[in-house]
Amino acid sequence: MLRRKDILGIRDLNCEEILHILETAKDMKEKIGNKKAREKSLQNFSVVTLFYENSTRTRMSFALAGEYLGAEVADLGVATSSVNKGESLVDTGITLDQMGIDIMVIRHSMSGAANVLARNVRASVINAGDGVNEHPTQALLDLYTIFEKKKNFKDLKVAIIGDIIHSRVARSNVFGLTKLGAHVVVGGPSTLISKNMEYLGAKVTTDIKEALRDADIVMGLRIQLERQKGGLFPDLREYRGLFGIDEEMLKYAKADALLMHPGPVNRGIELSTEIIDGHQSVINEQVKNGVAVRMALLHLLAEERKRNEDTHSKWTHTRSFIQNRWDQRYTG
Amino acid sequence: MIVAVEEKITTSADKTIDAKGYWVTPGLIDVHVHLREPGYEYKETIKTGSRAAAKGGYTTICCMPNTNPVIDNEILVEYIKMKAEREAIVNVLPIGSITKGQKGEELANIGKMAQAGICAISEDGKSVMNAGLLKKAMKYVSMFNLPVFSHCEDPTLVGGGVMNAGEMAERMGMKGIGADSEEVIVARDIILARNTGVKLHICHISTAGSVQLVREAKQRGEAVSAEVCPHHFSLTDEAVEDYDANTKMNPPLRSAEDVKSLKEGLKDNTIEIIATDHAPHHMDEKNCEYDRAAFGIVGLETALPLGITHLVEENILTPMELIEKMSTNPAKLLGIDKGSLQVGKIADITIIDPDEEYAIDVNTFASKSKNSPFHGHWVKGRVKYTIVGGKIVLNNGELV
Repeated sequence: MLRRKDILGIRDLNCEEILHILETAKDMKEKIGNKKAREKSLQNFSVVTLFYENSTRTRMSFALAGEYLGAEVADLGVATSSVNKGESLVDTGITLDQMGIDIMVIRHSMSGAANVLARNVRASVINAGDGVNEHPTQALLDLYTIFEKKKNFKDLKVAIIGDIIHSRVARSNVFGLTKLGAHVVVGGPSTLISKNMEYLGAKVTTDIKEALRDADIVMGLRIQLERQKGGLFPDLREYRGLFGIDEEMLKYAKADALLMHPGPVNRGIELSTEIIDGHQSVINEQVKNGVAVRMALLHLLAEERKRNEDTHSKWTHTRSFIQNRWDQRYTG
Repeated sequence: MIVAVEEKITTSADKTIDAKGYWVTPGLIDVHVHLREPGYEYKETIKTGSRAAAKGGYTTICCMPNTNPVIDNEILVEYIKMKAEREAIVNVLPIGSITKGQKGEELANIGKMAQAGICAISEDGKSVMNAGLLKKAMKYVSMFNLPVFSHCEDPTLVGGGVMNAGEMAERMGMKGIGADSEEVIVARDIILARNTGVKLHICHISTAGSVQLVREAKQRGEAVSAEVCPHHFSLTDEAVEDYDANTKMNPPLRSAEDVKSLKEGLKDNTIEIIATDHAPHHMDEKNCEYDRAAFGIVGLETALPLGITHLVEENILTPMELIEKMSTNPAKLLGIDKGSLQVGKIADITIIDPDEEYAIDVNTFASKSKNSPFHGHWVKGRVKYTIVGGKIVLNNGELV
């Protein structure tokens, strides 16, 4: 049981909740290949994906996860919606709420956008990435992938390498991994990494060899090409030479280390093609696990909504209801 | 006019207020208020802002020029004065901008505005980034004996930040505003003001470093003053939890260390003024993505209780010192004959019950906007009466 209306970040989840989601994902994964075994726990539920930023993996896997569980899944094409006419996030949320959407999956370029949506709508909200804050479902699928291979998190050394400062994936993973007892080292150029990450319990280094040394997990992050224009590193050739990971570099990690990447990957820049397709890589499995983890989240939120059906139906989706929510946060 | 201040007054009066157990103080003066008129009447007007002021115990408020149009010439100053005369229930003193349209390019009509009755000049909301131009403005305004109010912020260092840089911003995944963006301009403006003969007033200082810069300038005997806002000594950046944009303001809520330094600065009188930076915004500008939300919170109706709760109750200031910082010192800065209860002075008086305890409720605000992070915040001290020029405008806590 997951007693939450929304999934906004790993920061809010405790260990038991994370492990419960991972266990549920394990059940779900077994059912993906077996159509008959699929439980239609989201029958009569509607899910909408609301993506203010581009996505392949996250949006597709949410859509498939919803359909596998029997939900009605719709996508709000943000680019062709009234968002283009200047409709605010809150008003878009209220509009979808009126249509009776049960679960909204949002990706947005601003940190905290999912929190703002969640407190203004009756529907459950899942954060599919907000600004440079969190990407909880990516972290959960990463955790699941590690859990499946390593069985345990305790004292694992996880090295996350790349553009840390702009990475919501890195942040959500740091929150989750440290909660579960792993040691996280983040490494990258000093302009793309912040000492403040130590507040979250990670070790921070610009020495990639040191970061990789004896690591159980090596996670590469996408280097966004536009960062170069921002003056954060001179050019890709230099980045690749100093911070790219290839077969030689990967040898610093343990022999049985797993190589991960949230995708999309720039082949030959942050990771070499040889290791992306090598035997240590679990990048493709991450994608597969993404569907299972998202099925688990949809299933758990739907269960919680069924449990609260009575209270939910009493809620009216009016402006005054929202005003009350707005006030309750202070007085409640 | 105040005709007598004595233990036993025998003269008859039209009305007698029983102020037993209350503080009777000179009317509070706020040197930093945004009334939003003209241009943003949906947030606040001169009328509603003045009513909020009266509720907060203020008898005089200075309104910032970042309206639309910007208050950069005498005609607009006259407009504000006329509207205030007609609709305001407290004294309103306009502040003129430093440059035309706050564009930072050429000087506003400072002399004409001085003749029309501005009380200071300020580019509030931003700094004049052209140091040479600011220095000329300082020299120019010195002949009118008006202070320069400096909002200290280097936008190239802010870089899209929305809250204090540090542990909390890291946890929240939001871009931080470092102390450096404020402190480099505080330092710059202190240096620029030297030898110009101008009174430099640093607005809303928020960091330990700024306090130290002002302290050192004062030790050198330079004509520098500083104000702090109640939210900067009452809250830390921990309050940003949950992405509630009612905690978003500029400068941002800072760390516990900064709050400690601000309180030390208040205690040793480095900071001699408490001002609200009352910045009303509509709910739609706050109930949205944090990055997109407007900077600023309302403050007129919460300043005094926050001062009592966080400064007097915590033995940072005596009640007398608190009132000096909210009335006497602002009057001195503006060079106006207020901030005192001596016989012969204009009867601007505030009467405060220092013992009443309650939770702040934004729904009771007279301000048009309710954007305050203090909703539900437990405080001590309530304004009971506000008297402006002998006229009671707040009677036993109710607007007349």
